[in-house]
Amino acid sequence: MYQTNYVRASSTDDAVAKLDDEAKLLAGGMTLLPTMKQRLASPETLIDLADCGLAGIEDLGDALKIGAMTRHVDVETSEIVAKSIPALAVLAAKIGDRQVRNRGTIGGSIANNDPSACYPSAALALDATIHTNSRDIAADDFFVGMFETALEEDEIITAISFPKPAAAAYAKFPNPASRYAMVGVFVAKGDSVRVTVTGAGEDGVFRHAGLEAALTSSFAPESVEPVTVSGEEMISDMHAASDYRAHLVKEMTRRAVAACGWP
Amino acid sequence: MNEATPPKEERTAALSGLGTSRKRVEDARFTQGKGNYVDDLKMPGMLFGDFVRSPYAHARVKSIDTEKAMALPGVHAVLTAADLEPLGLHWMPTLAGDKQMVLADGKVLFQAQEVAFVVADDRYAAADGVAAVKVEYEELPVLVDPFKAESDGAPVLREDIADQTEGAHGPRRHPNHIFTWESGDREATEAVLAEADVVAEEMIYYHRTHPCPLEPCGCVASMDKVNGKLTVWGTFQAPHAVRTVASLISGIAEHNIRIISPDIGGGFGNKVGVYPGYVCSIVASIVTGVPVKWIEDRSDNLMATAFARDYWMKGRISATKDGKITGLHCHTTADHGAFDACADPTKFPAGFMNICTGSYDIPTAYLAVDGIYTNKAPGGVAYRCSFRVTEAAYFIERMIEILAIKLGMDAAELRVKNFIKKDQFPYQSALGWEYDSGDYHTGWDKALKAVGYEDLRKEQAARVEAFKRGETRMLLGIGLSHFTEIVGAGPVKNCDILGLGMFDSCEIRIHPTGSAIARLGTISQGQGHATTFAQILASEIGLPAEDITLEEGDTDTAPYGLGTYGSRSTPVAGAATAMAGRKIRAKAQMIAAYLLEVHDNDLEWDVDRFVVKGSPERFKTMKEIAFASYNQAIPGVEPGLEAVSYYDPPNMTYPFGSYICVMEINVDTGTTEIRQVYALDDCGTRINPMIIEGQVHGGLTEALAIAMGQEIAYDEQGNVTTGTLMDFFVPTAVETPNYQTDYTVTPSPHHPIGAKGVGESPNVGGVPAFSNAVHDAFRAFGLTQSNMPHDHWRIWKTAQSLGLHD
Ligand SMILES: Cc1cc2nc3c(=O)[nH]c(=O)nc-3n(C[C@H](O)[C@H](O)[C@H](O)COP(=O)(O)OP(=O)(O)OC[C@H]3O[C@@H](n4cnc5c(N)ncnc54)[C@H](O)[C@@H]3O)c2cc1C
Repeated sequence: MYQTNYVRASSTDDAVAKLDDEAKLLAGGMTLLPTMKQRLASPETLIDLADCGLAGIEDLGDALKIGAMTRHVDVETSEIVAKSIPALAVLAAKIGDRQVRNRGTIGGSIANNDPSACYPSAALALDATIHTNSRDIAADDFFVGMFETALEEDEIITAISFPKPAAAAYAKFPNPASRYAMVGVFVAKGDSVRVTVTGAGEDGVFRHAGLEAALTSSFAPESVEPVTVSGEEMISDMHAASDYRAHLVKEMTRRAVAACGWP
Repeated sequence: MNEATPPKEERTAALSGLGTSRKRVEDARFTQGKGNYVDDLKMPGMLFGDFVRSPYAHARVKSIDTEKAMALPGVHAVLTAADLEPLGLHWMPTLAGDKQMVLADGKVLFQAQEVAFVVADDRYAAADGVAAVKVEYEELPVLVDPFKAESDGAPVLREDIADQTEGAHGPRRHPNHIFTWESGDREATEAVLAEADVVAEEMIYYHRTHPCPLEPCGCVASMDKVNGKLTVWGTFQAPHAVRTVASLISGIAEHNIRIISPDIGGGFGNKVGVYPGYVCSIVASIVTGVPVKWIEDRSDNLMATAFARDYWMKGRISATKDGKITGLHCHTTADHGAFDACADPTKFPAGFMNICTGSYDIPTAYLAVDGIYTNKAPGGVAYRCSFRVTEAAYFIERMIEILAIKLGMDAAELRVKNFIKKDQFPYQSALGWEYDSGDYHTGWDKALKAVGYEDLRKEQAARVEAFKRGETRMLLGIGLSHFTEIVGAGPVKNCDILGLGMFDSCEIRIHPTGSAIARLGTISQGQGHATTFAQILASEIGLPAEDITLEEGDTDTAPYGLGTYGSRSTPVAGAATAMAGRKIRAKAQMIAAYLLEVHDNDLEWDVDRFVVKGSPERFKTMKEIAFASYNQAIPGVEPGLEAVSYYDPPNMTYPFGSYICVMEINVDTGTTEIRQVYALDDCGTRINPMIIEGQVHGGLTEALAIAMGQEIAYDEQGNVTTGTLMDFFVPTAVETPNYQTDYTVTPSPHHPIGAKGVGESPNVGGVPAFSNAVHDAFRAFGLTQSNMPHDHWRIWKTAQSLGLHD
């Protein structure tokens, strides 16, 4: 029987020291454990990050810093988040179900970069910074492709900083079976507008230049109408073809803008 | 009256008998996590078995190398077809008269088919073993479209029976053809259709789906080599039938086999079939000499054990100009997958699909069903419905809507015009059934009034106008459905499974202190039998329901019965319970007469006692009689108070109902919002209204799932694309709308207490109600038919194809 050893790291440094090719970091386990059950992953060692002091939400004034091990439920119910970036709380509240939100973490979600996950869209739209044990990575450079990130093998996310936007909102169209995002659009308004799309892209989360330009020049739901959103390079599966996803991107963008309040 | 005797009403209430919303006695253990399911069973030395499954839908198996797996620590055995062949167990009979590979014999015919069985210390070691078995396949062309099964160059799936031109259900015209089953008068129907004023024609597809019970299938087999007895605990909806079949195919004498169904976490038809896992566990236990457990995981369950539906129903319905239906023609192409493993009574290879004339007085009708082999999983079980009844109800309820469109008539009015009338019961249908009782117009009127039907139609018309003016993007659909079920299989004269008549049974023992145990041939999977059957008995024998223990599912103790599916428990075993209760009462009357020193005929039954006619102060309660039966020497009467009844129902029962769903549809996203679901059921006498309501809620939720998103889908290579809950839709409380239930009561004239069965009605009536709501929303824009499930994407495509996005 294949063996898996479970260890708890006492700090980020300790976790890095324990990391090798056959080990995997364990956060909430909501993605990793099902993957192991299906034998898509069979790490020799699981390094639990629970004792590394990575959970917590901090108000930095112009930004929110959320520790990697902060659970979805904590973001969902945080007063700090509700005051400064309520869209994040809305996003967290719509992830999976209560059980998943009680275990799953923001760091795990960002590190995993599932093309249907919600958090990557927020990080990218809010121009977040991903802090690791060794450096800071801008969200624009972090999400590389489907399940791919800029993280090195021995790199651990410690926290994510989200600059506070003037306004932001997330609109999610859930996959009817998995309830992950079939299309999720995060709109953030600062000096310019950033529009990110999750659930739809073949390469994972992406920014939509056309929608950003249109909304930067006029921030209103109607501005979405003339923008062409192409289904090329969007996912087609049994739940939605790419043209339907492209259509939903516009619809979700409209909803997100409306939820921001405008102008 | 004796002063000590409480009033009749009080004594009746104390029994918690018929008509009482008694709380479910099962729930104390279920809600505390104290149920005892098969996977809870742990035995000393028990091993765990798991399958190597085929990644391909159609392939030749060139070789199976088990050496590496056998070398792994903890792996005890790896069974292949070659190991089972000497025992004659590499194939097994199906419930439909076909046979099925237990383990791949030379080829595989569907993805996830069982290829080898690894037996190991626990499920983790077994999984390691499964991963280590090397199977070499040679892929073969795949057949997924049943309409291509008989075309030139179609791959022959079942080489084992390729040249048999006669199957279990008559002639086969092609190696991929299983049977043609006909019902009704073809020529007469063609003639009626040819002369009709109006004919509506449509292909109605009821997609493949899956019961997906919370608990998957599984068993623990334990062969005791010392006493030669085999005990199998498992998720069996029909334990006695499993015992008999196990005996017939294994050669183990039936008295040496004990089948036990512990608590079952939902069945919905999925647990009626006989699966390779059962056979392999039994063989593995014989080989290893210790108990062997096999439990499916979710994907195994979705991909390999019985699916439901997958009927392509081509319909033609004719009517006069003013909407009187004159004829119905249906040709069904039934996709049965790789083996015909449908669970239907033997003489009904398409189940009771010939109830497809529905609630309507259709004088002439014809049905033909062609069963077809494809490279898909076998099954075809009745997912929360009596055999193929939901397919039939969906078919006719769609055809009625389509005919209404063709006639330019209101679909409710068309139904009213064609309902079988109250005074036509018992009604002889054109396809051969005798509907026992019904009163369709009363319930239908009540339903229309309850939802405010006329106002809804006005609102809908106004909505369409507003939509056309560009003021809204929401459409309103009103989904109507009137179903007639046929349940309670059934009379032994025409219903059997593998030669076993479909009667059922109840055995009652009254204890000296006036409590009782009753055992039945059925098995609850969450329906609440221990609650409701005790209520039937309470009313029959005058002992409080709470003093009656119900036991089911152990073939060593329960009387023989055919199990629980097809809403048959109340119509058949419920009748047996009442009849056994009456036997108890008859004997009790003799005892009371002796004790009171009067003639039997001088006594009358009064709720919980026998009273001397005209002398209410002279009586004996059932409690007193029970004790007397154990301590009095009564001339001519045996001691004790026990009875058993085997009930062969004279007819099926025919529950019916009126369901209406009001749905808002967003044309731009394809999303739906259910505003109202009204479900009026007539299941005859109502035993426990609370349980009925619970059953209706559960069934409606499954109907919602099926109509709106739940499907087993295959790609062109025969890969299951919905093999996990990431893709297979199961609704949660979040998606479940509010339900409004209602009822009328039209007792069954032939059932001892007039009950008809209700557990499946909401699925049968619900699916057309939801689907018709979607169709109805688009009726003004020219939609006649679209395929289920109506998920967001399909609805969006429908809107697009109707030009509503332009
Ligand atoms: C039923 C269900 C529904 C769900 N629905 C949604 C949904 O609607 N939207 C959504 O966005 N997500 C959804 N998820 C995913 C959920 O949000 C997970 O919590 C998340 O994807 C992973 O977080 P985790 O903490 O569980 O990480 P884990 O499963 O523990 O880890 C995931 C991966 O990230 C790595 N990792 C974890 N932490 C770090 C770190 N600090 N640094 C570097 N690498 C790390 C791990 O090694 C692993 O490879 C769902 C999950 C389930 C089971």
